[in-house]
Amino acid sequence: METRKVYMDYNATTPLHPAVKDAMVRDLELYANASSMHQDGRAARARVEEARRAVAELIGAGADPERVVFTSGGSESNNTVFATAFHLGRKGPRRAIITTSIEHPCVLNAALWLKDEGFPVTFLKVDQHGKIDMDEFKAALGPETLLVSIMAANNEIGTIQDLAEIGRLAKAAGALFHSDATQAAGKIPVGVDEWKADYLTLSCHKIYGPKGVGALYIRKGAPIEPLIRGGHQEHGHRAGTYNNVGILGFGEAARLAKAELAEYAARVGALRNRLRDGIVAAIPKVKVNGHPVQVLPNTLNVSFPGAEGEAILLYLDLAGIEVSTGSACASGSLEPSHVLLATGVGPELAHGSIRFSLGRLSTEDDVDYVLSILPGVIKRLRAMSTVEA
Amino acid sequence: MSDAFNWLYSDVVKDHFMNPKNVYEPDEGFKADAQGMTGNVKCGDQMLFMLKVKDDVIEDVRWKTYGCASAIASTSMLSEVIKGMGIREAYNIKPEDIVKRLGGLPDNKIHCSVLGDKALRAAIDDHLAKTGREGAFRNEGVKIICTCLNISDRDIEDAVKQGARDWEGLQERTKIGTVCGGCKKEAEELLHEYVHIFAED
Ligand SMILES: Cc1ncc(COP(=O)(O)O)c(C=O)c1O
Ligand code: FES
Repeated sequence: METRKVYMDYNATTPLHPAVKDAMVRDLELYANASSMHQDGRAARARVEEARRAVAELIGAGADPERVVFTSGGSESNNTVFATAFHLGRKGPRRAIITTSIEHPCVLNAALWLKDEGFPVTFLKVDQHGKIDMDEFKAALGPETLLVSIMAANNEIGTIQDLAEIGRLAKAAGALFHSDATQAAGKIPVGVDEWKADYLTLSCHKIYGPKGVGALYIRKGAPIEPLIRGGHQEHGHRAGTYNNVGILGFGEAARLAKAELAEYAARVGALRNRLRDGIVAAIPKVKVNGHPVQVLPNTLNVSFPGAEGEAILLYLDLAGIEVSTGSACASGSLEPSHVLLATGVGPELAHGSIRFSLGRLSTEDDVDYVLSILPGVIKRLRAMSTVEA
Repeated sequence: MSDAFNWLYSDVVKDHFMNPKNVYEPDEGFKADAQGMTGNVKCGDQMLFMLKVKDDVIEDVRWKTYGCASAIASTSMLSEVIKGMGIREAYNIKPEDIVKRLGGLPDNKIHCSVLGDKALRAAIDDHLAKTGREGAFRNEGVKIICTCLNISDRDIEDAVKQGARDWEGLQERTKIGTVCGGCKKEAEELLHEYVHIFAED
């Protein structure tokens, strides 16, 4: 039996854009080391630099492409910033770190590492929509603040922070400002100057490029400590032979993401709204999580009281619908999503939450197919549930 | 994640997940002689077991759950296995036996299969209490203390034998109580009992 397949897990990762794939396949032939001085090496390097310009342009740093350093992904970029804070804090008078309680684990765990090392770390609370509390942020900022690291948009609920205001306040306090824009890039406009970001994290596989490639934007003059020491690639900021094929794919993906941004946001946003409105209309007592307006156009996080998230996910999976749940029963603990808990969703509701994340290839038919399956799944689980919906 | 999901395609699990047996339907008019509830929605799962018992034999059974796919599949299997079984035998069914019949579950899903087993015991205890034999099976089998992490009284005993002397030491060895924390009181009582028995000279 051929079941229909509907992929709605674009925040987890995205399929390769066909144009990215073509570009990468073409580059596979050029095997030379992009640090080599000979002809083929220079040719490979030229492509790397072209990709760097495209990535810089995606984040409003087109005038300064050399400020973009290629890494192995979002996790490495974020860790590089925290490693830098570690070195700076050990030497200088500023040691305090401010981040949020809803960051991706690669930021949360890096911040916890600094906390273990004795750095004062503040995890800002968020309101019911996932926005940070500006008053708490202002109160936390001070002459001892070394680094502010606040994600641009959240991966689970899609909430977008007021980055320009956050950046302004961070810089006014003399702190370094980093934003993890892994989920924002390609979905909403990203501007390192508008946000006054000293550091910005990107990951290629979230924007229809290959996995294992990312970038860290480092503002001119901002200190940086390499996480990976070795050769002098990337001005010594990140050692290791260039991953040409991946980097070239990243360049092409960034170029397309910028070119298609407006069209993407309008089209995917309309599909997400159709899905949201359809769910709310067809299924009683659901709760839509995240911010009603300041939210990524593709992300929809919904709690279904009375139905357990993993069971929902797997019934949908049997119908060919691929989504994700924030609650991590699959990881062995039953810890519900730290992001939903931070927004004040109780553990009972958080356990029954599903993230639908749409993308370039999503269609109205996909949305309608989900709407034809999901209400029955919820009804069935609620019927066998010990918990009142 | 993929490891945790491979099991779904074991046909037995899939069948029980897609068509769970003996799920309680309100319209059906099932009248239970005894019932037992376990788990906590805060931990992410809860199970209710209802039994019809005649002459200490389980005649029929229904269940409801707020639980994941593994909990649904394993409880469905359990409910089939115990039909027609004596209550003492049913009380001593091990979750491992059910997991084996399902063709296995990933390690991190074993916890989910314990839930049905525990609710079944609670229902049998309810039956015993209603027939004037409260606690008659108390000393049989191992008892799960931490339902979130599937940690039994036997595991606590082992941890004490390996050197755990206080709550921190026990947590270091077993991670007990690190999810909902609901088991702490009972676990601490057992810990003190075992320290008293095995570690005080
Ligand atoms: C917000 C956020 N930051 C960082 C990452 C990690 O990126 P990568 O997978 O490239 O290491 C992710 C990916 O899940 C993410 O969603
Ligand atoms: S019962 Fe929830 S942590 Fe032990």
